[in-house]
Amino acid sequence: MMRNTIPAVLAGVVAFFVVCGHGVAAQEAPKRVVSADAPKRVVSMNLCTDQLAMLLASDGQLVSVSHLASDPRMSAMVVQADAYPINRGLAEQIYLMQPDLVLAGNFTARASVDMLKRLGVPVVTFDPAYALEDVRARIAQMGEVLGQQTRAEAMIADFDAQLKAYRNEAGHGPRAALYYANGYTLGDKTLAGQILAAAGLENIAAEVGLKAGGIIPLEVLTMAQPDAVITSRTYPTASRSEEVMGHPVIEELRASRPQASMTSSDWVCGTPFVLRAIEDMVRLRDGLHEAKP
Amino acid sequence: MTRLALILSTLTGVLFVAALVVGPAQIGVGESLRALVMGGDGPVPLVMREIRLPRALLAVMIGGSLGLAGAAMQGYLRNPLADPGLIGVSGSAALGAVLAIQTGLAAAFAFALPMAALAGALVGVFLVLVLAGPRGSSLTLILAGIAISALAGAATSLVLNLSPNPFAANEIVFWMMGSLADRSMTHVWIALPLILIGSVMLVALARGLDALTLGEDAAEAMGIGLRRLRLTLIFGTAAVVGASTAVAGAIGFVGLVVPHLLRPFVGAQPGRLLWASALGGAAMVLAADIFVRMILPDRDLKLGVVTALIGAPLFLHLIYRTRRDGL
Repeated sequence: MMRNTIPAVLAGVVAFFVVCGHGVAAQEAPKRVVSADAPKRVVSMNLCTDQLAMLLASDGQLVSVSHLASDPRMSAMVVQADAYPINRGLAEQIYLMQPDLVLAGNFTARASVDMLKRLGVPVVTFDPAYALEDVRARIAQMGEVLGQQTRAEAMIADFDAQLKAYRNEAGHGPRAALYYANGYTLGDKTLAGQILAAAGLENIAAEVGLKAGGIIPLEVLTMAQPDAVITSRTYPTASRSEEVMGHPVIEELRASRPQASMTSSDWVCGTPFVLRAIEDMVRLRDGLHEAKP
Repeated sequence: MTRLALILSTLTGVLFVAALVVGPAQIGVGESLRALVMGGDGPVPLVMREIRLPRALLAVMIGGSLGLAGAAMQGYLRNPLADPGLIGVSGSAALGAVLAIQTGLAAAFAFALPMAALAGALVGVFLVLVLAGPRGSSLTLILAGIAISALAGAATSLVLNLSPNPFAANEIVFWMMGSLADRSMTHVWIALPLILIGSVMLVALARGLDALTLGEDAAEAMGIGLRRLRLTLIFGTAAVVGASTAVAGAIGFVGLVVPHLLRPFVGAQPGRLLWASALGGAAMVLAADIFVRMILPDRDLKLGVVTALIGAPLFLHLIYRTRRDGL
């Protein structure tokens, strides 16, 4: 059921764009909050600002996105990203694009950001989202810096409405563990942890005292006996770091649970796509409920 | 001699049991050992049989391999500085393993990874022996080792940095320092055959190495085929070091420290030093692996850090003594 609503929401957003782009802008210009000095050449150099900007910018407003935006393992908007020239986050390349606004993450290469600032290019930095509440805040912030407040407000309203539906489903659920390369896990004070919580899954990380991220030893994970182990997709060519996600113990923990679940690009950034991640986890939870007598 | 064997075996046995009962999951000693032997349902047998047992077994296999290889090379070169880690054999084995993983060869068939590491190690041993000469001085041996280590290390880093996998570059430290964290029985099975074959080859060198202490001519007069001895040494060392490095990375200094400590107890006979160093190496790696798990249980401190902290001062001491003796 939920699966169908998301394309619907996206379609709604697109329709909204169309309205904004033509009729509204022409007729109701004085009433709109969009300022006349909204940036016209915006360059994004961070995966998460890439996606928010692609969702909110008007035609032609966004000039370039980062190369990560076209990486299907991390970006939820690979197809859309194809329409933009990519940048690799180096100051020289970005300066030559003559942007009137640069969007960066708070942890984006500091040296490049500092240099752009010295060169007089306006740079806005975005904090990463650690909670679902942050997603709303980032959408609003992006709406503001792009001068697209109305679109942002609509997107937030949609986000809230869907989130509320999930929140109602939340309750005491099966116990899940996020288990990434090098035995890394994420706790409740992270976006991934919040996605689990919103889907009504208990997080093993909380049981072992991890609030943010940290390493959970394989032994401790085994002793915790999670109902589901959620790993990430592996990158091309093998690495020892990722090998642990296929350790015989993990296979054994998963043996009785057919839902071998994995995180995807929807989990990475604080965008409305986290709703899809929550939906996947709701499906996992329902599957676990059915499996349990 | 039997007393030394008894002491070393007991020490290794005690450390092996200790390695099985130490871990981040708080499980009672009795409970954990019962679960290991009897099995049963629940998470404890899983932890014991699939996580701790392979780790302890690998510590014994790899420690034994490195001790044995160190003792054999030192006996053959009649030089106490010959350690597979120092002279670049482990480094070249790591390069072989990394190439196998990055080209996808390692995933093609079960023994591809240790075989590739063996190939790398072979190149390393061969180069060292050619560069250092049959009776190489300490200086040429160490210089050759430094050159091979540096080259193999740089090539390993390059391959890992070129990898499309973002985790690969972070693993440079694993390949240079070694770790037994999160290994499984699969790794035990892929390393075991080569380690067994290599160990048999190296232990068989005992008589030849003893004879070699009298000089090459005397050894040949005693019926020792030097050519064959040399080939056995090269293949044996490459097999044990290659298989060890393939699953645990390059762990240095074990083959330097252990033979050095045990030499006085075997009457400086290289033949007897072989089995003693194998037992001693197993004990040292078990102890180092227990240590890394006790001081930083959830940080995966690399084994090579601990062995280097013990081994490097001893290495300096050996260099100092070598200089004093005017060699």
